[in-house]
Amino acid sequence: MSANYILKRIALIFYTLFIVSVLVFGITQILPADAAVMMLGENATQEALEALRQRMGLNDPVWMQYLHWAGGVLQGDFGTSLRTGQPVGPALFSALGTSLTLAGFALVFMLILAMPMGVIAAIRRGKPADLIVSFISYIGVSLPEFVTATLAVMLVADMWGLLPPAGYIPLSQDFWGGLERLILPVVVVSVMMIAHVSRMVRSELVDVMHTDYIRAARLKGLHPRRVLFRHGLRNALLPTITIVALDVGYLLGGVIVVEEIFSIPGIGRSLMSAIQNRDLPVIQAGVMIMAATYSIVNFAADLMYAWLDKRIQYD
Amino acid sequence: MTDFLRRLLRTPQGFLGSLIVGLILIAVVLGQWLTPYGPADMQALARYGAPSVEHWLGTDQYGRDILSRLLNGARSTVVMALLATFIGTLGGAVLGTGSAYLGGRADEFIMRTVDAVMAIPSLLLALLVVSLLGSSSANALLAIAIAFMPSMARISRSVALAVRKQDYVSAAIARGEGSTYIILREMLPNVIAPIVVEMTIRVSFAVMLFATLSFLGLGAQPPATDWGLMVSEARQYLHRSYWILLWPSAAIALTAIGFNLLGDGLRDALNPRT
Repeated sequence: MSANYILKRIALIFYTLFIVSVLVFGITQILPADAAVMMLGENATQEALEALRQRMGLNDPVWMQYLHWAGGVLQGDFGTSLRTGQPVGPALFSALGTSLTLAGFALVFMLILAMPMGVIAAIRRGKPADLIVSFISYIGVSLPEFVTATLAVMLVADMWGLLPPAGYIPLSQDFWGGLERLILPVVVVSVMMIAHVSRMVRSELVDVMHTDYIRAARLKGLHPRRVLFRHGLRNALLPTITIVALDVGYLLGGVIVVEEIFSIPGIGRSLMSAIQNRDLPVIQAGVMIMAATYSIVNFAADLMYAWLDKRIQYD
Repeated sequence: MTDFLRRLLRTPQGFLGSLIVGLILIAVVLGQWLTPYGPADMQALARYGAPSVEHWLGTDQYGRDILSRLLNGARSTVVMALLATFIGTLGGAVLGTGSAYLGGRADEFIMRTVDAVMAIPSLLLALLVVSLLGSSSANALLAIAIAFMPSMARISRSVALAVRKQDYVSAAIARGEGSTYIILREMLPNVIAPIVVEMTIRVSFAVMLFATLSFLGLGAQPPATDWGLMVSEARQYLHRSYWILLWPSAAIALTAIGFNLLGDGLRDALNPRT
């Protein structure tokens, strides 16, 4: 992997963020919301409104407003929330931390379950174990998060009373209490990815086990377990890195729904309430942060893939 | 064609998928006439009813028959999802094949921009579009179609490029066929098949996205019988009856499973070699 490639990828991230910024700025410009009215209330006088618009630059041409906003973003200033009057950046980044905790646990939980499921299904291809795994994954990809979440709350919290139905405590404050409240959201948000990734692992491993080098390893008399672990899994699990990274986009969408249902103060919930309240600066910053997270994760995944598999030559 | 159908029905996925999707389509077309009660008929004495002989799936918080509401909602939920997928696929296919056809810098530019838009989670993109246009079923449909376009553009582009390199296309060029003939007779039939497979699987995503938007209050509005909305309303009455929550959830899941299975079955039937 050349330095040239890495530079190109970084340039691509900036291009992505530029397109997303234009898109989200455009959408929020067309949204029927008057920032001045939102800040001063419906009863403000015309003069006060006009003065505020002048001060906030709302009377400037759109491209000037965009440049002003984008310039701020590049310096880490995402503007102030129309609803709370607080700076958007710090609040959203702390919410992002909460969401990343949720997403991180979900990724780990997903990998612990999905990898063995896919491997077992591939080894026992066509046998009951394979059918059970593919049955589970068909159900998994067919349940939207809000359905899984509602059913999980109904069963685990409502009927059996095992876990709290909603709420969030930072892990740094009360580790076990926080963990207890994270279990249901983590499980719910990973269901769809478990189904998807286990299917991918299965089909990768089935393909790999039919290659010549596996046949060669078998024919030279290696123990079947050694063939599977040293030769099969090594090659089959590598592409899952890319698949998991692409699924992060899905994960971020799922986080929005799950945070809303379980009242977790993450970035998804901030975005939902900003969309409902037409809090434009928060919408803009939230979408930018989500797109940046997705781009950086995918960049990191490509780097990791090339580092682990030296055959990959990006240029 | 009959040969293709036989191949489709021989795979377990294809058979189950066709069966489920067939039943759902019957509910969509005939649902209005099959309902035992009106979707808004309230029976104050029969609220939160468990499944019984009069009400096969029970009744909801206003004593409305759940089966009738589900059958009634099948039309809006499934037809909306089908339409959204179709529009999204069409837009994406035009963009993707157009980009592949243009090639060079234009292709590079279009695809990088498509990649950029894909950095926004599709649920979030749909949420933004709905908030721009206002909450309604029609706007949710458009939002989902737009959210599908980037990924469909990627897929159709890669399919078109792969087909372009096939020997039969080179053979047609060598025979001296015109480009209209090559595009219509050689490339199009081979481009359509994988796109149809992808589209079928996408319908299940559309059903789920549409239900999610309604659940979040940004799609269909009460008293509509949209399935996602039914789940959302049922949550408040969880303590009185589980049935009002279970049935619409099951309907959404079954529809999604059906289209997923059918898509996988179609893929196997279209690729006899694998």
